[in-house]
Amino acid sequence: MLVCGVLALLLMFADHRYRQMDQVRSGLTLLITPIQWLVDVPTRVWSWADATLSHRDTLLQENKELRAQALILSRRVQKIAALTVENVRLRELLNASEKVDERVLLAELIGVDPDPFTYHVIINRGRQHGVFVGQPVLDATGLMGQVIAVSAYTSRVLLVADASHAIPVEVSRNGVRAVALGTGSVQELRLAHVSDTTDIRVDDLLVTSGLGGRFPPGYPVAVVTEVRHDPGRPFAIVKARPTAQLDRSRNVLLVFYGESARQEAQD
Amino acid sequence: MPAPQPQGLWVIALSFLLALMLSAVPLPDWLQWGWPEWVALCLIYWAIALPHRVGVGVGFLLGLLLDVIEGTLLGQNALALSLLAYLSLNLYQRMRMYPAWQQSLLVFLLVGLHQMVFQWVQSAVGVPASGAWFLLPPLVSAILWPWLFVVLRAVRRRFRVT
Repeated sequence: MLVCGVLALLLMFADHRYRQMDQVRSGLTLLITPIQWLVDVPTRVWSWADATLSHRDTLLQENKELRAQALILSRRVQKIAALTVENVRLRELLNASEKVDERVLLAELIGVDPDPFTYHVIINRGRQHGVFVGQPVLDATGLMGQVIAVSAYTSRVLLVADASHAIPVEVSRNGVRAVALGTGSVQELRLAHVSDTTDIRVDDLLVTSGLGGRFPPGYPVAVVTEVRHDPGRPFAIVKARPTAQLDRSRNVLLVFYGESARQEAQD
Repeated sequence: MPAPQPQGLWVIALSFLLALMLSAVPLPDWLQWGWPEWVALCLIYWAIALPHRVGVGVGFLLGLLLDVIEGTLLGQNALALSLLAYLSLNLYQRMRMYPAWQQSLLVFLLVGLHQMVFQWVQSAVGVPASGAWFLLPPLVSAILWPWLFVVLRAVRRRFRVT
């Protein structure tokens, strides 16, 4: 018992302080990857059965709706392509540096952390697919979080709602910068140190500002739901609701952006 | 009396695998605090039934795997589960004699201690404490214990695990 106890304490200390323990964790995660897959099996079987046994009419209707939506989105993409070209030309005129579009990787959620205090999810892409620690993760409607641990075939993602997560954002309306902290609730993010005179209102869209080099700029993060000026406090209390479906999305995108991505691209 | 030949160890491994899987299942919000500690319960049972097979080392390894599954600090669950195994090994002679409700009470205390060690490390690392909520999993686990005891005992006898 003494040996195990001391060993456990040493492990905890090492994991808390040193980065090298990530390798050990990654190796152990490889061992338990089958367990994560097995736990995901019932959900997959259910989705497969749901799709296979669907009424033909329902599927045709869904198909029609999706085609219509794809058509609308492709119109927007065409417009964006034209805008991008114009943007590149204008930036050249101003001698500003070129902006490169990011490469993305599609991934699926295979597990959720059962701990009620942390918001981690497990996705089915790992080092083999080029995933790196710190990689931003998005879903269809906004930013979900970042990768915090990578193993060979799976990775662990920290969501923006987790109490230990913070992300630099700016208000899309006027460019005011702030930091959005997770509060441990999926519905609420809090902006830190916003002074009472800052121009920020309810229903403002908060997007990533790109400062810090970890998240690409311009992706929606949250919508402001409350701005409270309490005269007894040094800062205003600003709450925002994340735009991403943190508790619902199954398909996510991994964006190749940041220092690590550039290093990987050079290799 | 010499220790009997090892037989049916795969049953023990399978039960631990199932316990690990159950602890990895994603839970709805209302169930998160009411989910029993499957791995702890299985460890207590096997430590009581076969103290010469399952010991502190098994608890340590299980704890390490549980740490990786849950994403907590490496060694956090390992410490808690090896402590649990150690206590079970010290108490197994008495526990076997007790009636079901008394065993449940002891299980409540053991799992409660396990949770407490876990929470201590959590707060040392900086995760906010959960207050009295951490007593709910031991309660649910203790209520589940008699059923699990009967099931695992039937499995042990059926496959003649020694």
